[in-house]
Amino acid sequence: MESGPIVIVGAGQGGLQVAASLRQAGYEGELTLIGNEPGLPYQRPPLSKAYMQDGNPGALKLRAAEFYDKQQIRYLPETSVTAIDRDDGRIATTSGELDFGHLILATGASNLRPPIPGLDRTLDLRTLADADKLRERATGDRRFAVIGGGFIGLEFAAVASKFGLDVVVAEAAPRLMARAVSPQMSELFLKKHRDLGSTVLLGDPVSAIDDRGIALVGGTHLEADEILLAAGVRPNTVLAEAAGLDCANGVTVDAQLLTSDPRISALGDCACFPDSRSGLRIRLESVQAATDHARHIAARLTGKQPDPYNALPWFWSDQADYKLQIAGLAQPDDRAEAVDEHVVFRFDAEDRLTAVETVNNARVHMRTRKLLAGGETVGPDTARDLLS
Amino acid sequence: MVKVTFVAADGSETSVEGEEGASVMQTAVANDVEGIVGECGGSMMCATCHCYVDDAWISKTGERQHDEDDMLEGAASEVRETSRLSCQIKLDQSLDGLVVHLPDEQF
Repeated sequence: MESGPIVIVGAGQGGLQVAASLRQAGYEGELTLIGNEPGLPYQRPPLSKAYMQDGNPGALKLRAAEFYDKQQIRYLPETSVTAIDRDDGRIATTSGELDFGHLILATGASNLRPPIPGLDRTLDLRTLADADKLRERATGDRRFAVIGGGFIGLEFAAVASKFGLDVVVAEAAPRLMARAVSPQMSELFLKKHRDLGSTVLLGDPVSAIDDRGIALVGGTHLEADEILLAAGVRPNTVLAEAAGLDCANGVTVDAQLLTSDPRISALGDCACFPDSRSGLRIRLESVQAATDHARHIAARLTGKQPDPYNALPWFWSDQADYKLQIAGLAQPDDRAEAVDEHVVFRFDAEDRLTAVETVNNARVHMRTRKLLAGGETVGPDTARDLLS
Repeated sequence: MVKVTFVAADGSETSVEGEEGASVMQTAVANDVEGIVGECGGSMMCATCHCYVDDAWISKTGERQHDEDDMLEGAASEVRETSRLSCQIKLDQSLDGLVVHLPDEQF
């Protein structure tokens, strides 16, 4: 059992979860949760979905204010960590120094800012403050351009078109959500967004942003009053790198989610961990990874000796009346087999099922989650049973 | 406000006041009721807000939605006739006094 104090840097869903899980598992030592935003820790996924529509911040809160007192979790909002002193087990923050017995990095990710002239004219959608600003602008007859046809950009585009706003999405890749889903799913969502009235342009990167909108490399100029930048993220590793921790596409952790320093763990969007199924090092931007990482770290720090981390990845995205759910994790080259208009199976080179993508089909999604989480190899025949 | 009583797996009861329009899951989380997680925030993605509606209230809370049934396949605890995802039960005055029972685990 870790005798503490335990300090968690980052108060997103993973940071908060590791604090809650540590107390649940019986950790009684000092526990500090540090966040750089104001207010209590909140959920991020609804920012581009429900919150865009209802604007109710109360519904985003992860835990009530009483929770922190009752669980004796010292929560420090609006505090940034400026340095980690690994030799002395101490961190420097904007509100003083803190000792740690174990440090957990849950620093998340930030919006990628490609080198495009005029980028300072764009809006972000990453934090509650970003979402509020965007909501303010998303009114009347404002014309929106969205840079990036990934999950955040498309979720926003779906809500904005529902508001009756004029939306154009510019994606540099030849298809939507290309890093995460099969070509068939990209196609299905392309049709959906065009049916919703959005203009979607593919395979043509943005070259410049000006007062009147955005210009594409191919020469097209798109008129827009507001521009949302949603071109992906990059993990927040500045602090870890400065402290000399191994980093490559995130903070490098082992199968126990430990960094190259055994007194420091990392989780969620900022952590690059070994995938037990593919053997590859991966980094996931999802609530599932953040909270499952958190529970794993809490178990380890409270004296359990967990197996190597092996939680099954799952993910969802709501776009208009389409709920996309993904169970498992496919590599980009994995074969994609559309078994139904709204269900795509992914298989690796050995014909093993790696992921299932569904739209509005929770049954197949949950069955896949159960089947793949069991850890056994699933071939095409067994996979087809998921549909029955 | 709408009164909701949560009965934990060990029999202990917690009564709280929820806002009309809020879900039972949101009411539990907002009032720090242990035993309801709601990890996905009410998007019907995680099945960690599973509850059993008390028999006396089952006619008032309505039936499970199609997707809800499917998501409950992934619930950690036994699924019964009265099982619901509490994020899908919205509070209104007709539910004042609602009693729900909580399973012993959500993961």
